[in-house]
Amino acid sequence: MIEKALTGGKNYWLWLAFLSSLTFLGLLSYLKQLEVGLGITGMSRNVSWGLYIANFTFFVGVAASAVMLVIPYYLHGKNEYSRIMIFAEFLAVVSVFVALLFVLVDLGRPDRLFNVILFPSPKSLLFWDMLVLTGYLILNLILGWKACEAEKREIEQPYWTKILVYISIPWAISIHTVTAFIYCGLSARPFWFSALLAPRFLATAFVSGPAILLIFCLALKRFAGFDPGQNALENLRKTVTYALSVHIFFFLVEFFTVFYSDHPEHVKPFRYMLFGYEGHYHLVAFSWISLFVAVFSFFILMSGNFLYKRKLAFFILTMLIFGIWLDKGLILMVAGFNPTPEVELEKYMPTFPETIITIGIWSLGTLTLSLLTNIALQIKKSI
Amino acid sequence: MKRRDFLWIVGVSAIWGIFFPRVLASQEKNRDKRWVMLVDVSVCAKNRDCEACIKACHETHNVPNVGGSKEQIKWIWFSKFEKVFETEIPPIAQKKLGSWPVILMCNHCENPPCVKVCPTSATWKRKDGIVMMDYHRCIGCRYCMAACPYGARSFNWRDNKRYVGNVNYDFPLRNKGVVEKCNFCEERIAKGLQPKCVETCESRALKFGNLYDADSSVSKVLKERTSLVRKGYLGTNPNVFYLL
Repeated sequence: MIEKALTGGKNYWLWLAFLSSLTFLGLLSYLKQLEVGLGITGMSRNVSWGLYIANFTFFVGVAASAVMLVIPYYLHGKNEYSRIMIFAEFLAVVSVFVALLFVLVDLGRPDRLFNVILFPSPKSLLFWDMLVLTGYLILNLILGWKACEAEKREIEQPYWTKILVYISIPWAISIHTVTAFIYCGLSARPFWFSALLAPRFLATAFVSGPAILLIFCLALKRFAGFDPGQNALENLRKTVTYALSVHIFFFLVEFFTVFYSDHPEHVKPFRYMLFGYEGHYHLVAFSWISLFVAVFSFFILMSGNFLYKRKLAFFILTMLIFGIWLDKGLILMVAGFNPTPEVELEKYMPTFPETIITIGIWSLGTLTLSLLTNIALQIKKSI
Repeated sequence: MKRRDFLWIVGVSAIWGIFFPRVLASQEKNRDKRWVMLVDVSVCAKNRDCEACIKACHETHNVPNVGGSKEQIKWIWFSKFEKVFETEIPPIAQKKLGSWPVILMCNHCENPPCVKVCPTSATWKRKDGIVMMDYHRCIGCRYCMAACPYGARSFNWRDNKRYVGNVNYDFPLRNKGVVEKCNFCEERIAKGLQPKCVETCESRALKFGNLYDADSSVSKVLKERTSLVRKGYLGTNPNVFYLL
């Protein structure tokens, strides 16, 4: 089956070459980081997590969001997603893989990674995150593979995959919940210290994941001549819209609690994020962009015509994904660490090598997704 | 007995045998020591430019002088009273106290959030209260830095050995990629010595001792004088007390 990944036209190969070279650049930067240390990034003693952990959070969300397709397809037997289910599973696999890579590049001593297994510490949420993420990766690898095989041989999937599907549903919720618990269990960081964090993560995950899948389907339709079916696209649009409304509701709830109570420790990072604090405005523009994009695209997405205007759809969805990435990524990090324990404000600006490493991991993920997608497309064409 | 039953019994006993001693060990709470540090803020206020304790500590423990605030390594340092105890003291009282220097270090909390979050148990709580750090097990994930409400932990963003002035060969140097912090001079306590910062301070602003010994000077002082701890409302229960 793997040989099918390497069948494609000139454009396909050019695309692969482009992604490989970006991955290679990322790898070179990572080698530099291994040599010098994490000092080549913009992180500091006060903002000690940055772009890497921001991306980790975002991609765990994308991985979890596959459940938004799994539930209607497997649980309710709705067939709209039958043509794209396999891509949702692949996207989940690739996202977990990417999320794990982002943790790896964030470690000061990656050579000691296996200490997490050698000295298991169940009190640490990172220990649980490792368990649920690797579990989810394996689950989706098996499910994706079996689905491909079944399609290739035109047979029914073996019955035990159904059991794995049922396990994968709560498991998907758990990966993002545990990821939120990493942050919201820390009383030291008032910006994160909110029980609403896990629900907010899930809401934004169910926006960003299906939105990525929607862009992906539109791209397949345009460039690969594959029709995912209008019903599938329409349902994805609805999923994104509903999740977006929940996301907007959740952040308004969070803002009310923080600003009405005016609890000093809680209100400071939020003020810093939205209005600037003591002359520091690092996050203000990003925060408002993120909020504006969420509300604006909600109104656009409500329209059913949306999907027929392809360029507009591409643009709005890309903006929306970027806005969510800011919200649960970069802003979550910087506002989480500010003000510092000594009530100062520390700016965080990703450096060039840090950005290249990040782009490298994205490219490696896109490359893997492209190869897997090609396998699935070839199978679909051949039958 | 059926083979199946036999295997069940063997399996369950093996699990019990492995985990039960650990359960017992974790329940051992009969401590006779709790090391605490007292910082007399009013004494430091009279010697505002004094950095003797910081210099002595950092020399003893090979703490590199990285320069710049971004990647700084700090075991002991100072900040202003109004920054450290921003909400504990009303603004009117800050007029007098606000600009006083306050010596800061790891609080060796009784309920340390950093210990809880460490995915490899590279940082742990000793029976005498000291929060220890294993530089050889740390994977550099920096979760402990996110969890510490006091900014007491520093990360080696690069190879900082070249920034160590005169190397003290009795104490380990740290590699790049690991977290470090104040260890309450556990290597000196083991020899019956006082922590370096306490020993160095000529004006005796720092006191160190066992809080579980009712006759120790620290117990007596804490009973008599008013003291503050940093962010007491978080429930971390610090072992560094600030005397007013």
